[in-house]
Amino acid sequence: MSTFVGLPAPFRGLPAPRSVPSVGRVIEVQDLRKEYGGTVAVDGLSFTVRPGRVTGFLGPNGAGKSTTMRMVLGLDRPTAGRALIDGGPYRLLRDPLRRVGAMLDATRVHKGRSAYAHLLWLAQTNRIPRTRVRQVLELVGLEPVARRRAGRFSLGMAQRLGIAAALLGDPPVLLFDEPVNGLDPEGIVWIRTLMKDLAAEGRTVFVSSHLMSEMALTVEHLIVIGRGRLLADTTVRAFIDTHARSYVRVRTPEPERLRQVLTGAGVRVEDGADGTLEAHGTETAQVGELAAAHGLAVHEVSLRTASLEEAFMRLTGQAVEYRAGGERA
Amino acid sequence: MTEVWAIVNAEWTKLRTVRSTYWTLALTVAVSAGLAYLVGHSLSGSYDGWDQDRRDDFDPLFASFLPLMVGQLVLVVFGVLAMSAEYSGGTIHASLTAVPRRGRFYAGKVLAVLGPALAVSVAAVLAAFFAGQAGLGGLGTSPGAAGVPRAMAGSVLVMTLMCLFALGLTAVARSATRVLAVLLPLLLLNSQGLGQVPALKPVMQYLPDQAGMVIMHVAGPQDDPRWARDYGPWTGLGVVALWAAAALLAGLVALRRRDA
Repeated sequence: MSTFVGLPAPFRGLPAPRSVPSVGRVIEVQDLRKEYGGTVAVDGLSFTVRPGRVTGFLGPNGAGKSTTMRMVLGLDRPTAGRALIDGGPYRLLRDPLRRVGAMLDATRVHKGRSAYAHLLWLAQTNRIPRTRVRQVLELVGLEPVARRRAGRFSLGMAQRLGIAAALLGDPPVLLFDEPVNGLDPEGIVWIRTLMKDLAAEGRTVFVSSHLMSEMALTVEHLIVIGRGRLLADTTVRAFIDTHARSYVRVRTPEPERLRQVLTGAGVRVEDGADGTLEAHGTETAQVGELAAAHGLAVHEVSLRTASLEEAFMRLTGQAVEYRAGGERA
Repeated sequence: MTEVWAIVNAEWTKLRTVRSTYWTLALTVAVSAGLAYLVGHSLSGSYDGWDQDRRDDFDPLFASFLPLMVGQLVLVVFGVLAMSAEYSGGTIHASLTAVPRRGRFYAGKVLAVLGPALAVSVAAVLAAFFAGQAGLGGLGTSPGAAGVPRAMAGSVLVMTLMCLFALGLTAVARSATRVLAVLLPLLLLNSQGLGQVPALKPVMQYLPDQAGMVIMHVAGPQDDPRWARDYGPWTGLGVVALWAAAALLAGLVALRRRDA
C-alpha cells in the first residue's frame, strides 16, 4: 500500500476507477495545431497517453504545453487536428469531472470565495456528493483553511486547492499543468508521491513541466515538445540512453599537446569548463594510456554523464536552432 | 433536466458565496427606497408653489419609480459581476471543464441570476413604491389605484430584464470595466440628456433604458406631446425584452465561439 506524507491514501473506500478502453489510448492527440493570430503555438502534434503510468509532458516555457492541455479539455478549439479522451472530444463527456480531473493554472480561482465554496460549486455541477468535498480538502491538507478566502492563499495552498479540484470526481484520468510550481520541498515530494500512487491505481496521469530534473524523478514516459512540435515520445530510460551522452573529462597542464595526441588517435575533443578537455567516444583507460605513452601528466581522468537537464536543453535547443534556421531560409 | 438543475444549483452556489452579491442586491433595494422617499418628500414640499399645469401633470408614481433608474444601475452591476467574475478571477476554466457544454453553462448562469434579480426587483419596486408614497404624504396614491399594479409589474420586469441585458453584454466583453464603462454613462446620461434632444428622440427612445420608462411612469405624462413616445407601455417593455434577448444571444454566441 502506498504511503503519503502525513496524508491518507487517496481513494480508500471509494469505488475503483471505471475501466478504460482495452487499447489504452486514454488521451489521444492527432495532428493537433493551434494558431493565435499569426503565431503557431502547437504545430502538428500527435501523441497518445496511456493508463497506469505517469506520462510527463516536457518542454521549455512557451513550447505549447498549456495550449495542448487546454485543447484536450475543450477550452480552446484546435485550428486543425483533434484531441480526444477515450476516443471522443472532451466537450461531449457527461459529468466530465468524474472522468477527467485537471489542474491548470491553480491561481485561477475567485479570490473572494472560500476553498470549500469553490469545491462545492464544482462538485454540484457534476452531482458529486458534498461529503467528497470534505474528503478532498482533507486529502490535500487544506481542511484547516477551508473557510478562508482563496485570495489569501499562498501559491502552494492554491496549488493544493487546484489538486483537490482535480481529484473531486475521483477521475481515472488526471491532467496537471506544472503542479510543483510554488510548492515547498515537502509539497513537491507529496505531489510526486500522489501522482505515482494515482498511476499505480491504474489511472492515467499526464503532467507537464519545464523542468527535466523534476520529470526524471516522477514520470515513466516522456513526451517532449519544443515550439509546438513533438521532439520525443519515449520512456525516461530510453531518453537518457539516447540523449544523455557520456564523455571523459581530462585535466592536464599541457592541454594542447594532449589534444593533438587524442585527436591523432581518432578521439573527438571539445573544450570543457576550467581548461579541461572533454573526450568523446572513448574510455578513461584509453585516455590514460595515450597520455602515458606520450609522457603527458594528467591530473584528472574521469567519466562524466551529461545531466538529463543538459540533454533536454540540447534537444530543445536544437529544435529552436532548426526552426530559426528554417525561418531564415 | 436534472443535469441542468445541477448547473443552476452550482451557479447559485457561486452567487451566494461571494460578498458582492449581497451588497449589490441590498443596495438595489436601499437606494431605490431611500431616494424614493427623498423625491416624494421634496415634491410634496414644493407642491404648494406649483401652477395648475404642473399640478395636472403630477403623477404620484413618478416620485416612487424615478429612483428605480438608480436602483437599476446597482442591479445591473450585480448582473455584470455575476458574469465578469468568471473572467477576472479566471474561474471560467474550471467552469467550462466542469460543464463543457457551453450553452448549458450559460443557461445555468442566466437562470441562477434571474432568480435573485427578479426577487430583488420585486423588493425594490415595493420598497420604492411605499417609501415614495410615504414621502409624498397626502399626495400619495394607494397600491390598488388605477395603473399602479401595471406600473409595479412593469418596473419589476424592466429591472430584471436590464440585469440580464447587462449579463449578456458582459459575456461578450468578458470584463466588468469594459461593460460598465459603456453601460453606466448610457443608463445615467442618456435618460438625462440625449433622450430629451428632439432630433435624437426618434432613435433614442428605443434604447433599452428609455424603452422601459413608459410603463414605469418615469417618461413624463404620455398625453403631453413633449414627452409622448411612439410606443405604449407594453410595447416599450417588449423593446426592453428584445434588447435583453439580443444581448443574451450575443453572449451565448461569443461564449461558444471563443477559446476560454
